[in-house]
Amino acid sequence: MKYLDEYRDARIARALAAEIRRRSTRPWVLMEICGGQTHTLMRYGIDELLDDSVQLVHGPGCPVCVTPLETIDRAIALARRADVTLLSYGDMLRVPGSETDLFHVKAEGGDIRVVYSPADAVQFARSRPGRKVVFFAIGFETTAPAHAMAVLQAERLDLTNFSLLVSHVLVPPAIRTLLRSPRNCVQGFIAPGHVCTVVGCREYEDLVREFRVPIVVGGFEPVDLLEAIRMLVIQLEEGRAEVENQYVRSVQYEGNRPAQEAIARVFEISDRKWRGIGSISVSGLRLREEYAAFDAERIFELADVCAEEPAECISAEVLLGHKKPTDCTAFGTRCTPDKPLGAPMVSSEGACAAYYQYRRHLVTL
Amino acid sequence: MPPTTNTAATSLHSETVSHDESKDLAAFSCPVPLPARERILLGHGSGGKLSAELLKEVFLPALGNPILNRLDDQAIVSIDGARLAITTDSFVVKPLFFRGGDIGSLAVHGTINDLAMGGADPLWLSAAFILEEGLPLDTLRRVVTSMHQAAANAGVQIITGDTKVVEKGSADGLFINTSGIGRVRENVSLSASQARPGDAILVSGYLGDHGIAILAEREGLQFETQVNSDSAALHTLVVRLLEATPEVRCLRDPTRGGLSSTLNEISASSQVGMELEETAIPIREEVRGACEMLGLDPLYVANEGKLVAIVAPSAAQAALRALQSHPTGKDAAMIGRVTREHPRMVVMRTPLGTTRIVDMLAGDQLPRIC
Repeated sequence: MKYLDEYRDARIARALAAEIRRRSTRPWVLMEICGGQTHTLMRYGIDELLDDSVQLVHGPGCPVCVTPLETIDRAIALARRADVTLLSYGDMLRVPGSETDLFHVKAEGGDIRVVYSPADAVQFARSRPGRKVVFFAIGFETTAPAHAMAVLQAERLDLTNFSLLVSHVLVPPAIRTLLRSPRNCVQGFIAPGHVCTVVGCREYEDLVREFRVPIVVGGFEPVDLLEAIRMLVIQLEEGRAEVENQYVRSVQYEGNRPAQEAIARVFEISDRKWRGIGSISVSGLRLREEYAAFDAERIFELADVCAEEPAECISAEVLLGHKKPTDCTAFGTRCTPDKPLGAPMVSSEGACAAYYQYRRHLVTL
Repeated sequence: MPPTTNTAATSLHSETVSHDESKDLAAFSCPVPLPARERILLGHGSGGKLSAELLKEVFLPALGNPILNRLDDQAIVSIDGARLAITTDSFVVKPLFFRGGDIGSLAVHGTINDLAMGGADPLWLSAAFILEEGLPLDTLRRVVTSMHQAAANAGVQIITGDTKVVEKGSADGLFINTSGIGRVRENVSLSASQARPGDAILVSGYLGDHGIAILAEREGLQFETQVNSDSAALHTLVVRLLEATPEVRCLRDPTRGGLSSTLNEISASSQVGMELEETAIPIREEVRGACEMLGLDPLYVANEGKLVAIVAPSAAQAALRALQSHPTGKDAAMIGRVTREHPRMVVMRTPLGTTRIVDMLAGDQLPRIC
């Protein structure tokens, strides 16, 4: 595949890995934020290639994983209503809520359908005026423009049967929380390329100034990630802390202006709960008051549905990079993708699932 | 399931009706705990982990017998010295018609292939139809014509059948079940339990074509592709292979769950490990592109006209040449080796020279692919 295979080229990847090993004078602790990046690191065995010259820890950037338990429970409550059709990205169906997951609710007769795009959800609502259609809108800044456009489109079409169950989180506040933690050990970040394609790099400048930590915006292929790691190692070895952009084929410094405007028109910044981490102030998006008519939480009065997370799972430690998935005593035994205890084992982009799926032949369970 | 299991189930049932209720429960109590999941999920039909769980926790405790317990794609039974292969398969593919085939040809090919993977020459098929009230007769005619053509091309006859109709809404147009019977070739004994360290792993061509051809036509997923389903009968390819070398240990067609599920099953059944070379696995550019876009791994995508062969090391080259000499196997490739290391685990060498696991599919996001 043109424009893709070049970024999986073994010769280039090995050369980059060799340079990282050569330049790194100590095992710098680096974190990739995005679950897609974690997935690539594990799938291609980049950790194996780097041979402990740097230490990779994995960040909280799997939107499926950090969607709070009570939001899953709210989706389940909606899907059980006879008058509601719940539309969702496929990944969300396996995520365990307090008692069950959406796959089981579907098996019980809940009207749940998988869509690939929020635009399809709007079309679905339009074609079924008798159904209350709720789209489960989860994600980071990457999916927010498409969700905003869906609301604007529904407004234009005068749809009264379409709403969003919103669970939107933002990356920079999560990094800030992590850096403020007294236990933080992360010395450099690979920022998520697709998030930055939307919002640009400006917010990351603030983090660099505040915490003097290097941040490189990275892509998602093996060569992208190795290059981003190399750029971080060079900054650290030279004692610099700057925002650099490795993913130049997608990310512009200012980001995508029309996408930002769509987000700002429909959403406002709010506090958000993160599964496995807890509440982080100003770390998410909610629908603005003007769009309350499209807000499933308000339409269906879901505030009563609350949930506490089980204590046994160490997902917070994993999502904040304090521990590796393999440090968990339940990893691969009591907790597997088939029967996950906690969120990072659920989605293939979760750190625990990525370890389990691709790397468990290298660890002793 | 083979007819022998029906007999077993019937006798079990008749035995228990004469007992009192508490004894009934005891008679049916399973050696393994009851499944924690109390309802059937779509994933139970994926051919992956949940399907295996259903077999282990529901079907085998109730119906198990030495023939069924082998869990190969077909049962092999002996009658008066003749070894027969018997198999059955149901087809629920959506949509009914797709690039490169339809539910009718698929139902014929699928059952022929399950017989062929046991080293059998397919002889006869049965066909049973579950039709939904309101199905256009023309649709049924097209499907049946396609079945006839597929069977005629493969040299088998459909010799018995059944039709049921259910109310509108109780089925999705049309489901088909086919069963087949074939004669196992002399001196051929194939089983998933026979893979040995050192054996070569071969595939007969490009992987993932069927799944991608189906997905391309799904509602909400329409994308343009030139990929045709690979739906095809494989029995003549199997004959070519078996005539080239007697040292074939196991044949499987990697349908639902794709190559990864098939190899994981074989490695579990034979208690061996496997090591694949990622760059050696034949996958079309269009299939890779579609998988990339949809976030799928082509190793999990279904095939309906491909086989996996586990072959003794000394016969690997002869087997590969035999496959490649047949039109259906011209793109065959050797993709890896059976290992003593990491038993029950399939590991793949990535293009970067690192290794990763190729696991069995945990859930199912692509239901009704066949």
